[in-house]
Amino acid sequence: MSDQNRLGVFKTYKLYVGGKFPRSESGRVYEVTDSKGQWLANAPQSSRKDARDAVVAARKAFGGWSGATAYNRGQVLYRVAEMLEGRKDQFVREVAASEGLSKSKAAAAVDAAIDRWVWYAGWTDKIGQISGGANPVAGPYLNLSTPEPTGVVAVLAPQESSLLGLVSVIAPVIATGNTAVVIASADAPLPALSLGEVLATSDVPGGVVNILSGATAELAAPLAAHQDVNAIDLTGADTALAKELEIAAADNLKRVLRPGPVDADGAADSADWSASPGTHRLTAFLETKTVWHPTGALGASGSSY
Amino acid sequence: MASAFEYAPAPESRSVVDIAPSYGLFIDGEFTEAADGKVFKTVSPSSEEVLSEVARAGAADVDRAVKAARKAFEKWSALPGSERAKYLFRIARIIQERSRELAVLETLDNGKPIKETRDADLPLVAAHFFYYAGWADKLDHAGYGANPRPLGVAGQVIPWNFPLLMLAWKIAPALATGNTVVLKPAETTPLSALFFADICRQAGLPKGVVNILTGYGDAGEALVTHPDVNKVAFTGSTAVGKAIARSVAGTDKKVTLELGGKGANIVFDDAPIDQAVEGIVTGIFFNQGQVCCAGSRLLVQESVQDEVLDALKRRLSTLRLGDPLDKNTDIGAINSAEQLARITALVETGEAEGAERWSAPCELPSSGYWFAPTLFTNVTQAHTVARDEIFGPVLSVLSFRTPDEAVAKANNSQYGLSAGIWTEKGSRILAVAGKLRAGVVWANTFNKFDPTSPFGGYKESGYGREGGRHGLEAYLDV
Repeated sequence: MSDQNRLGVFKTYKLYVGGKFPRSESGRVYEVTDSKGQWLANAPQSSRKDARDAVVAARKAFGGWSGATAYNRGQVLYRVAEMLEGRKDQFVREVAASEGLSKSKAAAAVDAAIDRWVWYAGWTDKIGQISGGANPVAGPYLNLSTPEPTGVVAVLAPQESSLLGLVSVIAPVIATGNTAVVIASADAPLPALSLGEVLATSDVPGGVVNILSGATAELAAPLAAHQDVNAIDLTGADTALAKELEIAAADNLKRVLRPGPVDADGAADSADWSASPGTHRLTAFLETKTVWHPTGALGASGSSY
Repeated sequence: MASAFEYAPAPESRSVVDIAPSYGLFIDGEFTEAADGKVFKTVSPSSEEVLSEVARAGAADVDRAVKAARKAFEKWSALPGSERAKYLFRIARIIQERSRELAVLETLDNGKPIKETRDADLPLVAAHFFYYAGWADKLDHAGYGANPRPLGVAGQVIPWNFPLLMLAWKIAPALATGNTVVLKPAETTPLSALFFADICRQAGLPKGVVNILTGYGDAGEALVTHPDVNKVAFTGSTAVGKAIARSVAGTDKKVTLELGGKGANIVFDDAPIDQAVEGIVTGIFFNQGQVCCAGSRLLVQESVQDEVLDALKRRLSTLRLGDPLDKNTDIGAINSAEQLARITALVETGEAEGAERWSAPCELPSSGYWFAPTLFTNVTQAHTVARDEIFGPVLSVLSFRTPDEAVAKANNSQYGLSAGIWTEKGSRILAVAGKLRAGVVWANTFNKFDPTSPFGGYKESGYGREGGRHGLEAYLDV
């Protein structure tokens, strides 16, 4: 059989919210094109209501996900890497089209994205050991500091790196037990929407990651102002938007991760996503809880050894 | 309660402290007048006696102090950590030597009992400088990578409830990491920071490394919004914290905020009641309740509620309120007339909303600002006294039946700074502590602090941690 005679089957790209694949409640879509302006697909153009629904889903998932053992979360993250590996070809095509990369460069980006999931999978049960600990207080107390997830995190994914950048901002948020509402790259949302399909088949509980496509500023504004969002990652915002969102976020003192250094055209997205990420994205969305307890005394038995 | 034996007065002598009639701002190692010559008076809250007149900083003074700090930063940050450490060790030692003087001064200016300044504030102040002194030459080992760098000039604004301790929390880690500071103490408690300036002089600290600007909120605002400040550290109200968070948006200033609280103190039916009652008293009446992490919401299991309340009222009736310089005094003065008015208004709201008020029977002195230890029963979660931070000696009592209900009620707050748990059952402590959304959880104890131990809140109690290894992060480029 020759491919020439066969009409391809297009995919209807949908959002990923609460473990399901809804269209935008607004019924809107927008045209997604490749780097040369060729039509690729119609992506859902999410509304403010979609963003609020995603927060509800993320909040609902928070108790279970943050309460899961670190070992369990690590295995779930690793499972994402397994699923991604199996669908590598699809992502190479989507990333190449979205970012205008050669096939080999797109393949390298997808490989790096898979490796990044694996790297973060290994962090789930170690971050508590490197960022917590016992404090030697001057008194008869046991005193332990433990990192805990801060809650629901709104994530503005990088605008340019459609998969590697995306994975680099989602994985650290959920590795530590937070849940996420992610706004995909506005111009290159297709790898993100496909990642939703990977997450859905990866034992990640529904609602832990919610992915929206659409206009970043339109979706970010209600998330930055939302009283039930605990933190916001502004990576995908330009300088002006980031400032506006940081001001809105102050209303309930959301934890804010500011965008990195800006490039010449003001896009805060010049990060080198292939570089070693370090731990700052893990710790940015953690709280430290310190628990004190008296230790008591056993009397004069200390000389027995 | 009538007692067979009355306490004899046991006043601490105030002759150990020599308060000058006026003080200037401390900028670039010198005491200086405010640019516009403005001054204000600081009074003793227990007697309304004017203690001194101090310079009132304005925007021009802030600018001058930031410039001095910027200039000093170059050399200070370039010093080997081991040398910075020695300066901090010197400061810690001088604080220990002068601790009696500073304790009396703090009691005079703040109104808190000498028992607390002597036994809690001052030992902790010295301990903080000692602790962070040791970090100055070990920053490579702090877990923030090799060779972490200081940020630059730190603008620090502190409250009046623990004037010298808050200064220590701010200045010790800032200097250890190689930053220079401009610190503004609260307008009602400026004196101990000015005495600290003298300690810096005695320690031979290079000029401009520490600058102290006494003044009001306008000076604080000018400081945190100054474009040449790299790091903002604030302890105070949530409302001001939010304003600061807005003001730094779009800048690269690093910020830590230690804000309000409405701590839940949870007493289970198997708790040792006498110890729990002591813990409740410490939790809310320490420092007249003017503590951000105070246990101001008592959640007591229904089956022991009457027993706990009876014991608590009995205990509160034995607290001695009065002259803060008397070594037998448990409850001192409220810090200012304004704060007393705020507490009074919130308590009146509590009564108007139908909560039942009980105040310990005690005679209030005729001058100064005083409020008797007070508790509210018949409180629901919707009541203002259960939701709003009162920042005074006022306890709201709520009850619960199950651990789940206790956790739900404890977490039902915009704040998330502190919480307490009282139970003999270890597994219950760990289960409840794990579910509480609070930065500090005290189990079978309350209001314990230590320089090695990170302190800070969840939710609207602010962000960042002070104290311990975690406290270094706020002052490093990481």
